Amino acid sequence: MIRPEGALIRYTTVTRINHWITAACFVLLVLSGLSMFHPLFFFLSALFGGGQWTRAVHPWIGIVLVASYAGLVAQFWRENFWTTDDTAWLRKFDRVLVNQEEGVPEAGRFNAGQKFVFWAMALLIPALLLTGLVIWEVYFSAVTPLVAQRIALLLHSLLAITAIAVWIVHVYAGIWVRGSLRAMTQGYVTPGWAWRHHRKWLRGLASREPAPRPEGMP
Amino acid sequence: MAGLQSQDYIRRSASTLTPPSIRNHEAEVAKLIDVSRCIGCKACQSACMEWNDLRGEVGHFEGSYDNPLDLDPSTWTLMRFTEWENDKGDLEWLIRKDGCMHCEDPGCLKACPAPGAIVQYANGIVDFNSDACIGCGYCVKGCPFDIPRINPVDHKSYKCTLCSDRVAVGLEPACVKACPTGAIMFGSKSDMTAWAGERVAELKSRGFADAGLYDPAGVGGTHVMYVLQHADRPSIYAGLPDSPQISPFIQGWKGVLKPVALAGLALAAIAGFLHSMIAGPNEVQAEDEAKGRRLLGEGDEAP
Ligand code: HEM
Ligand code: SF4
Repeated sequence: MIRPEGALIRYTTVTRINHWITAACFVLLVLSGLSMFHPLFFFLSALFGGGQWTRAVHPWIGIVLVASYAGLVAQFWRENFWTTDDTAWLRKFDRVLVNQEEGVPEAGRFNAGQKFVFWAMALLIPALLLTGLVIWEVYFSAVTPLVAQRIALLLHSLLAITAIAVWIVHVYAGIWVRGSLRAMTQGYVTPGWAWRHHRKWLRGLASREPAPRPEGMP
Repeated sequence: MAGLQSQDYIRRSASTLTPPSIRNHEAEVAKLIDVSRCIGCKACQSACMEWNDLRGEVGHFEGSYDNPLDLDPSTWTLMRFTEWENDKGDLEWLIRKDGCMHCEDPGCLKACPAPGAIVQYANGIVDFNSDACIGCGYCVKGCPFDIPRINPVDHKSYKCTLCSDRVAVGLEPACVKACPTGAIMFGSKSDMTAWAGERVAELKSRGFADAGLYDPAGVGGTHVMYVLQHADRPSIYAGLPDSPQISPFIQGWKGVLKPVALAGLALAAIAGFLHSMIAGPNEVQAEDEAKGRRLLGEGDEAP
């Protein structure tokens, strides 16, 4: 991987592979799930080889998603604890929205918005798993009461819609804050990016970095 | 199927457009099951197997006349036997022919996500088109009578068709034809309702004060109706629902949630678009880069 001089490693190779497996599973789940959610989207089932295939494959992708997201949780949970700084950051969210981050409390490796997405998904994905198992006709219809299946069906679609909304926020933030996407594809950010968006994280790196830095160190 | 199109749909699952419905003058039909005249011979159950070419697996004797014990993908109608002690302490043997009720407002069809997998014809019959069925089991959850069964082999849902193939060519359903006592009648819904009225009057005259017609309003009425000796308590007939209706969870899921959810997601996407047009991207500036490098102790080296 070619990285410019002074680049800071934000996500390791393992993290990035883990993230994109999660993303692929999520997108496939959204496409297959929506095809069963509303007739306007039924055509999406063609992407999976038809309705029967879509119905059969969706829960299995869900299982992979749960395992994959568990990997992300294991890597990120420590840096996602909520602090009073995060609350202060959120109070200044109107400034963040208009791209004026000066005067907004400095963010650590993750800002309050990212922490929100992290924890929302950490709750939604296991809940989708539980409700998904109850409505998994092939294996579990015989062992759950009908009324539980009815409730689970309603909950599963509600949770899915919520998760998709959170996901739209997540994807948009990645596009909006330029340089974020490269952090997740090529793994690095520039010092300026870290200064602008995650200054507390940068200060932590700086205090650990030997200065002056040896030449060519990423 | 193209050569035998019915063109008389009044409902089609997971469809946002009007289905082919030009031939819609047909009268609504109904099957009337007079429980008080049934002798439990199961001729109807056999006739159903024979006409529909269904051969379930041979099971075991379970100490009950119910055989098999429950509906299954190849048992579309089932005689359910109940020994019930009435208020006088006498035994009454209640025998109910269970199967699809062909609801006027079918919960199965409402729940189904596959376009055209469940249809309702102008005559009221609710029919499954197995080709389009995806095997999700939503119909099972939508049905207030717990009727459809998913076949684990082909992952398709099955239930009584009210012999839609026979009715379409002017024949009565196979069970009706086979019944030796006339306990199962078939005709227009109005004729059947009138006939049921006579039967109820007769039963009342014989001391069944609570005799009545089971045509539950909660599902808009049904195209399979029962004459019950004790219409005040349908559930004594092997759990026939007292006041069936589509579960509120299914109603909320298919009714409120879908439009609200789609509107919500569309709004989120539109908000993103507007934000990117109004506020624009958040880009790192040259001074950020300089300050970042200075913090890292690289500033002094910079040329
Ligand atoms: C986490 C594990 C998951 C499991 C085990 C699971 C399982 C299921 C099952 C069994 C169904 C019924 C259809 C079928 O049999 O395929 C279903 C439907 C659905 N799933 Fe999932 N799922 C999971 C995750 C997700 C995720 C992450 C999303 C999207 C964010 C999602 C969205 C949907 C939607 C929209 C439906 C259709 C609901 C409806 O018809 O209203 N699922 N899921
Ligand atoms: S009884 Fe069940 S399967 Fe039959 S029409 Fe009503 S909801 Fe559908």
